[in-house]
Amino acid sequence: MDIQSCVEVCNEWDIVSARQLGRNMAKELGFGNVDQARITTAISELARNIYLYAGSGKICLEPVEQMGRKGLRIIAVDNGPGIRDIRKVMEDGYTTSGGLGAGLPGVKRLMDEFTIDSTIDSGTEILATKWLR
Amino acid sequence: MNDRDFIIDRYKDLLTTYLNGKNETALYKGQQFSRKLIEQQISPEDVVSHHINVLNELFPDMTEEMKDAFDFLLEVMIGYGFAYREHQSLRTRQRQLESEIEVAASMQQTLLISDVPTVDSLDIGVKSVPAKKMNGDYFNFVKDDKSISVAVADIIGKGIPAALCMSMIKYAMDSLPEQRMQPNLLLENLNRVVEQNVHPNMFITMLYGLYDTDVHKFYYAGAGHEPGFFYKAATDEFEDMFAKGLVLGVSRTTKYKEYEKQLDPGDMIILLSDGVTECRTSKGFIERDEIVALIRENMHKPAQEIVDSVFHELERLQEFELRDDFTLLILKRMV
Repeated sequence: MDIQSCVEVCNEWDIVSARQLGRNMAKELGFGNVDQARITTAISELARNIYLYAGSGKICLEPVEQMGRKGLRIIAVDNGPGIRDIRKVMEDGYTTSGGLGAGLPGVKRLMDEFTIDSTIDSGTEILATKWLR
Repeated sequence: MNDRDFIIDRYKDLLTTYLNGKNETALYKGQQFSRKLIEQQISPEDVVSHHINVLNELFPDMTEEMKDAFDFLLEVMIGYGFAYREHQSLRTRQRQLESEIEVAASMQQTLLISDVPTVDSLDIGVKSVPAKKMNGDYFNFVKDDKSISVAVADIIGKGIPAALCMSMIKYAMDSLPEQRMQPNLLLENLNRVVEQNVHPNMFITMLYGLYDTDVHKFYYAGAGHEPGFFYKAATDEFEDMFAKGLVLGVSRTTKYKEYEKQLDPGDMIILLSDGVTECRTSKGFIERDEIVALIRENMHKPAQEIVDSVFHELERLQEFELRDDFTLLILKRMV
């Protein structure tokens, strides 16, 4: 089960595939209904960001284990324009799409761990992990 | 048993009670319970999930479609959870900002505070109260050997930008000591500073005066400021202290005119900001005559008590809600 599974994100249907993959893996790992829904929502948001702002990229999912804990890690990678001001996009109330409550700070709160790395003109990588309770 | 289990148990109890009795009491308890949920920061999708779990226990033969439908609801509620958590975090940030503003306001107070000078021949009283947290009015006294200079200023605009601008005015005035003896020149210099440094849509009105404690003359100049009052004890009359001049910051070349008043014992100079005259009561704006009447009523008191009494009365008339920063200042010649 240690293999990464990836979904290329180029259009809106790919978002659904990424969700589906995430839900299957979350279920398999033993996440409850609410956490399954949280993980898929996080995947949705990250995939949408790729689709809207980077054009294309991929969502990868991998089961992780650390100090006896099991979890699921989402890796969102794109080769888009990058994020100029990460602090700004991590601020609540700042979403370029104008949607209420959406955006990266929301994803961070849905998950247990969140790291973001972005280089201008080269792309963005986001890692988000949810641990089994 | 942790909080989470406790909440599920309690929810189950409440729901069962309601399903058995279907009465208003149970619903009322449910409403009370929701407060507890909010207190514990339980998000909407968690509540739906508890509901589903409890239903599964209570009705084990629930159809698969029903269960699926609840899963759908759960998915929909995730969005509300998203928004709810953002709201929580924005609220925390709002509290942080408020406390930062408190700190800024108290810093402004310490920066701008001006000691009221004591001289035998003059009785001085001042009251300056901001409408919001930060004061856009400013007053300042400087005591020299034979004189006391006094400035009252008001920024057109309120709040933080006005307050920041005030700090600049204070330091600009401090750096113009040579002009202190000539009110019109001081305003001309200050006008240039404001014109160069302050945003074009921000204006400052000011009345600056110098009281000569030897000859008891008050020399003053004004830049579009609310006219003060001059009280002549001999005739027992109040007159307006007009001082013609454009507000600071409009044109670099504005000239100001100097005026003077001779004070005899018992005479008073009253300076104010437009927050005093633009008090809005249920009967409309307060008239300058009413301010004069209020001062007259309290005039037998020491200067500080006069300004305090006038403020309290105006505060009461406005139902304790100040709409503009308030500054009232009285200089009364004693001997």
